[in-house]
Amino acid sequence: MSIFFILYKLILASVILLVSLVIAMYSTLIERKVAGFFQDRLGPNRAGVYGILQPLADGLKLFFKEEFMPNTADKFLYILGPSLTMMVALLTSAVIPWGGSLVIGGTDYSLQIADINIGVLYVFAIISVGVYGIMIGGWASNNKYALMGAVRAASQMISYELAMGMAIIALVMMSGTLSLNEMVQQQHGFHWNVFYQPFAFVIFIICAFAECNRSPFDLPECETELIGGYHTEYSSMKLGFYLFAEYINMFISSAMISALFFGGYNFPFMDDLGLSHNALTIIGTLVFFVKITFFGFVFMWIRWTLPRFRYDQLMRLGWKALLPLAILNVIITGIVMMIQNHV
Amino acid sequence: MFSEYLFFIISIAAIYSALMVLISKKPIHSVLYLTLCFFAIAGHYILLNAQFLAVVHIIVYAGAIMVLFLFTVMLLNLNIENDFKKPRLIKFAAVISGSIFFLLMIAVLKSYDIAIVQNPALTQIGLVKNLGNVLFKDYLLPFEITSILFLAAMVGAVMIGKKDIY
Repeated sequence: MSIFFILYKLILASVILLVSLVIAMYSTLIERKVAGFFQDRLGPNRAGVYGILQPLADGLKLFFKEEFMPNTADKFLYILGPSLTMMVALLTSAVIPWGGSLVIGGTDYSLQIADINIGVLYVFAIISVGVYGIMIGGWASNNKYALMGAVRAASQMISYELAMGMAIIALVMMSGTLSLNEMVQQQHGFHWNVFYQPFAFVIFIICAFAECNRSPFDLPECETELIGGYHTEYSSMKLGFYLFAEYINMFISSAMISALFFGGYNFPFMDDLGLSHNALTIIGTLVFFVKITFFGFVFMWIRWTLPRFRYDQLMRLGWKALLPLAILNVIITGIVMMIQNHV
Repeated sequence: MFSEYLFFIISIAAIYSALMVLISKKPIHSVLYLTLCFFAIAGHYILLNAQFLAVVHIIVYAGAIMVLFLFTVMLLNLNIENDFKKPRLIKFAAVISGSIFFLLMIAVLKSYDIAIVQNPALTQIGLVKNLGNVLFKDYLLPFEITSILFLAAMVGAVMIGKKDIY
């Protein structure tokens, strides 16, 4: 491990951190523009051309707002909540393969920060830890609406994690590896997993919506019942962290969906173009970001199209529909694999 | 060298958080310290080159069991600061039985030789491929019996949770 290797990884990590933050920042603007489009209005257009400076203005506003803390709150946990949510949201990006590798001066530079051989499980662990930030924040606020929101969020996330894990298991069985990089490489060209595992994809994307607390599963912050949900007592940039973490989660989920099911940085006819290795890597990364943008749009599209579920409907969907379907998918995958091996 | 320092940092974190589980006044702090302790133990697994075990440890303990603990504690005492007043006799009995258990542990540990330390980088047993091979080839029957046990526990939990069972 040379010093250059460490330096390279540091630079890569910082670049990915910056890119996720900037993308999350501009998703807020795009979300409002998309909402405007769906509701036949213009959306924000005062700050800069097409409202391009709106995220900056929003951020500045959040920073300069009064820092308010309820005096019955648990001080340490109150601050820990949003920080943890933000940290966990950013952790997943370490194992996502953002592109192939660049060969500079005979050395291979991978565009993935850490190619660990249990990448899928790592992502899953981070998702399962993600609930702590919300629960701690909701409890520390010492407000019953915040607590209700936090409890709802936690039970929702636990319920949908299971189905999500089962959907991934079918994928892991098929590809025979837990490394995200290998899973993406196996989808070379147009052999995308979505064609082999369409059920797993549908289950996964529904669960991803629920894990991000996005509409139609945004019950933790259901205004009509819970005021503001788990972040009722938060103001200023602490509130900003919660809202911002949601957009980062959305970005990372889109990246996971594209990497697991839509080939990641692979695209059709990539071998027929006759491009050099480095050019192919750069185009692959761009293609990956196009896919991520598309799924980000799907997230917004569904939010502004579908109404919110009722809470019992949400639980019924998770436990009685998605989980059995996911297990069935695992069994069918196993049977098909066995038949293929014996024929 | 670097991993030696890491070992000490993680060990101190694990012991400190384990102690704080007992010392903390609020139950919710105890739960969170226990979670921290599990993370420290997961760190030890990674130092022993058992990444699969570490991640599964986090998913199962920190991600599922401790969340349920947190859930229960949050719902049970919303705002009540209840400190339990125990009779003096119970405290006395607890100290004595704890001391006897400590003596027992010392006696057990003394009769064992210290295990020969292997280089964790050479064993490779904690990697998912090797672990899977061992579990599904050498220990298939115990593994399957354990899974049946888990299934039975799950069915039992549902039975208890259901109100109108009869």
